[in-house]
Amino acid sequence: MTAAPLLAVEGLNVRFGGVTAIEELDLAVAEGTVHGLIGPNGAGKTTAFNVISGILRPTSGSIQLAGQPIGRLPPYRRTALGLARTFQNIRMFQDMTVLENVMTGRHVRTGGAVPSILLRGGSFRHAEKEAAAKALALLSLAGLEGAEYRRAGDLSYGDQRRVEIARALASDPKIVLMDEPAAGMNPAETRALTALLQTLKTRGFTILLVEHDMHFIMGLCDRITVLNFGIKIAEGAPAEVRSNPQVIEAYLGAKVAHSLAGRS
Amino acid sequence: MPASFDDFFFTYQALIYGVGVNGLLALSMYVVLAIGQLSLGQAAFMGIGAYVSALLTVKLDAPFAVALGAGMLAPALAAAIIGVPTLRLSGVYLALATIGLGEVLRIFYLNSETAGGALGLPGIPQQGGAWLIYLCLALALFVFMAIGRSRIGRAMEAMREDETAASVMGVNVPLYRFGALVASAVLAGLAGALSADVSSFIGPNEYGFDQAVTILSYALLGGIGSPFGPVFGAIILTLLPELLRPLHDFRFVVNGLIIVIAVLYMPRGLLAWRFRRIGPVGEARP
Repeated sequence: MTAAPLLAVEGLNVRFGGVTAIEELDLAVAEGTVHGLIGPNGAGKTTAFNVISGILRPTSGSIQLAGQPIGRLPPYRRTALGLARTFQNIRMFQDMTVLENVMTGRHVRTGGAVPSILLRGGSFRHAEKEAAAKALALLSLAGLEGAEYRRAGDLSYGDQRRVEIARALASDPKIVLMDEPAAGMNPAETRALTALLQTLKTRGFTILLVEHDMHFIMGLCDRITVLNFGIKIAEGAPAEVRSNPQVIEAYLGAKVAHSLAGRS
Repeated sequence: MPASFDDFFFTYQALIYGVGVNGLLALSMYVVLAIGQLSLGQAAFMGIGAYVSALLTVKLDAPFAVALGAGMLAPALAAAIIGVPTLRLSGVYLALATIGLGEVLRIFYLNSETAGGALGLPGIPQQGGAWLIYLCLALALFVFMAIGRSRIGRAMEAMREDETAASVMGVNVPLYRFGALVASAVLAGLAGALSADVSSFIGPNEYGFDQAVTILSYALLGGIGSPFGPVFGAIILTLLPELLRPLHDFRFVVNGLIIVIAVLYMPRGLLAWRFRRIGPVGEARP
């Protein structure tokens, strides 16, 4: 790879007591690509996300975002530097409206000092307007027009996932980490989500994606990294990964591996 | 007419002061609860404010404004000192640390000759009055509404709902925790200084655990969806014992029953209304 990656994880180790969740993980996500991170349950995908977003401290290893080391920064600093994420088990601010949720996602880009807030000054009003306009645009991109002023917790599962994506995008991130965005969605919702992610891709967003739905991931990703028991077992374009026997066996089970081998 | 008003004021002045002071205390509780933390140090902060301002007034003849200012600054310092080590801990640890502060201070007041020991501190001249208490309460409510309808208010509510998600959204969680604790101490200190000013006497047992729990119950009864909830809770809980006076000895039983029923059937408080967290955005609204 010639160009420096946007997100570079090197030599990452995460241990919980005697359990090794991630071992010597190297991961490079190039700018403008959709990068898939797949693996069976318990492979360490969400742990990797938690370490990259700063919720969890790694045992060792380095993380760089656009060439800047972020491995020791608290989560809010990483967000300010251009990292955003969604969660596997939706973490909506349920009592807030959808619009307020997305505006909260823009916290680090919303200005207005305390005196200006108290006096409802020009800089505060301008910042609020800008944040609201940005949030409304993102909600429209996510196909959530009409839901802006509803209580976020009242939305359907699929809609909440899309609010989460809009909320993550609100911080003008350089890269968005999406943890199983299609989990628990019905086929129609998954199709709508695929269309949304395709749109984001054509708009040049860089996305690191954890997902179990293979159709979804194979169709979207430029590059895929496969984890099994915390160790990287394969990396490459979807076609390469799909035909890698080790991946098929680890991910889909030996039985499926044999039947696929029989077909080709 | 003015004569009867004076009569009314004289009869109920303790209650009129009490409602205002307790309203401020309820707001000081609200700041902490609003970000999902639990502090039981409101009474301790109130005590620091009361003692510092009363001592400055009685012993040093300090101007009233100086006494009030010191009554807010001293508890803020105390909050900063206990805030730093507890910043990394969640809810219940802050509650424990602040209970500890209250007990330490109570024993300190009891044994300090300067603070009057068990006899307390008498002869505090009244320099402010009801107008000042209610002016402060109105100002505090205004500040809370303004801050609430901004990115800060959104960040605070986000923290209350899900601290991890809020931190990933870019909210500086430790700073907000610290800021909320210090702000709550300033408000509680102000309430303490104002109550000392209108009560002419303060004692070491007024700022103990009982008082801390009473302050917490203002906020819980009123509801923390908006700053008006805790103030409403304070009004109800201050007036209720007076309204129930015809019941004589049973009034505290009924008082307690009302609180239990309210909490059971209205877990979001009496004023469950939640206010908008967005500032004036003009054409962006529907």
